Amino acid sequence: MRRSRLTVVGNAVALPLLLAVLWWVASADSESIYFPSLQKILGAFPETWLDDGWGSSIIVDGVPSVARLAIGFASAALIAVALGTAIGLHPRLRAFVEPVLELVRAIPGPVLVPVVSLFAGIGDGMKVAVITLGALWPILLNTIDGVRGVDPVMTETARSYHLSRPRRLIALVLPAASPQIFAGMRQGLSVGIILMVISEMFAATNGLGFSVVQFQRNFALPEMWTGIIVLGTLGLLASLVLQFAETRVLRWYTGLRAADHES
Amino acid sequence: MTAELRSAAAPHAEREAVQASRSTRRRVLPPRLVNPLLGAAGLLVFGLAGELLPALGVVRPQDLPPTSAVLSALVGMLGDATLWQAIYDTLYVWALGLTLSSAAGIALGLVIGQLPPVRRATASLIEILRPIPSVALIPLVVLLFGPRYESALVLVVYAAFWQVLVQTIYGAADVDPVVMATARSYRLSLWRRVTTVIWPSALPFVMTGIRLAATVALVLTVTAQLLIGTPGIGKAIALAESAGATDRLYALVIVTGLLGVAVNTGIRIAERHLLRWHNSTRTERGA
Repeated sequence: MRRSRLTVVGNAVALPLLLAVLWWVASADSESIYFPSLQKILGAFPETWLDDGWGSSIIVDGVPSVARLAIGFASAALIAVALGTAIGLHPRLRAFVEPVLELVRAIPGPVLVPVVSLFAGIGDGMKVAVITLGALWPILLNTIDGVRGVDPVMTETARSYHLSRPRRLIALVLPAASPQIFAGMRQGLSVGIILMVISEMFAATNGLGFSVVQFQRNFALPEMWTGIIVLGTLGLLASLVLQFAETRVLRWYTGLRAADHES
Repeated sequence: MTAELRSAAAPHAEREAVQASRSTRRRVLPPRLVNPLLGAAGLLVFGLAGELLPALGVVRPQDLPPTSAVLSALVGMLGDATLWQAIYDTLYVWALGLTLSSAAGIALGLVIGQLPPVRRATASLIEILRPIPSVALIPLVVLLFGPRYESALVLVVYAAFWQVLVQTIYGAADVDPVVMATARSYRLSLWRRVTTVIWPSALPFVMTGIRLAATVALVLTVTAQLLIGTPGIGKAIALAESAGATDRLYALVIVTGLLGVAVNTGIRIAERHLLRWHNSTRTERGA
């Protein structure tokens, strides 16, 4: 039963569009200061974010935010996968670090902002460090689980073929753990975005989180709403990028799963 | 908790593990006994690193007070009613937010998951709304509610709702079609079908969603307290920071960690209890 492409697109577009229209209509003659009409919000959007070419807010505030998020998240992923592979492969090491990990990962990420700012001040380093430390845990724990879950028969086979340790890691352990690692990265990314916004709201001179709070402090309500839309779009785009990477990297896995289902 | 601290602890960890594994091979202790000992050793090394780093001058004591100072600040606060009030406030918002978002997420998720046309129509909307970071709503709730617990509640409910909803949809869509057809041919009423077929088979997914939501809810509760100043541990942390009382700051960070551990353990116990009939629990190895 193949549905036509038109129905699929229709399904995807209909409800969001309907809600947008509803928002437009319901807020059309809104007198509330807190909930300005969608028309006003969209009207304020270009001058708030897009005016001035290279000096526009979307560049001046958006680029630092995205850079912090990208650097912080990438370092979190690298550290977490390296550490997680080591811990996952060594049961004794795992038993040794487990209680510490349980305690440290249970600390809600935002609490790290004041702690890290003791060491790193309130500059870019602090923000990147906070994002890294927050996004690290979900990736680390999932990597450990994924590495532990590698099929023992495959491990034995690789051993009996005398694959070198690095070869075993690259050809067997990491690919086998990658679906779990990506699940961790998805959680880590949403934590990272939260921490990016929070650390910029806490103390910053630029960035999306900073500018949204500025609008709020100046009671610039339509502008504040445009900021909420920008932050939402950033979250959406970031998750799309990760999803794209995931489908590329895990193509073999989804194919395998589909074949399993058919058989 | 800090980069310095962890990187310093890691080499210790490896050496200890190797030593421990050697000694156990000699005495042949079962892992059931060795693992908790290793874990305790890990905590000890972690604490010792925290004690030694400032003492040796690697970090400044005003940035990272020695473990002993943090622990004594913690013990001092235990007798203080304000800490318990802060814990109560935090747990109250967390529990209320989690309950509200779970109820809404489960109800909507069952409906959406069971009706394929609704699922197709809502899929894109959910994918658009879910990644929106709930902290983007902070400026709005500050204006609407100010530093009251409602601010935290809105953030918590928004963030936790999606976790439960998405998992419940997966669960409700995953019901075995044969079982469903059997229930239909027995002419079970809709209500009986929901309670005896759909709900039990969706429950493992729902519990996963609630477990994820519980963590997220705690994160946002503390965030609101830290940034907006709604009463609770996060606010106490902000106060300790502005007072420059770093020993109290770290003690409170440990409290939030313990709170997180308690939340995780509680949810895991509840999950095991509710799903004791399920294969994943019954065949689980004591790993």
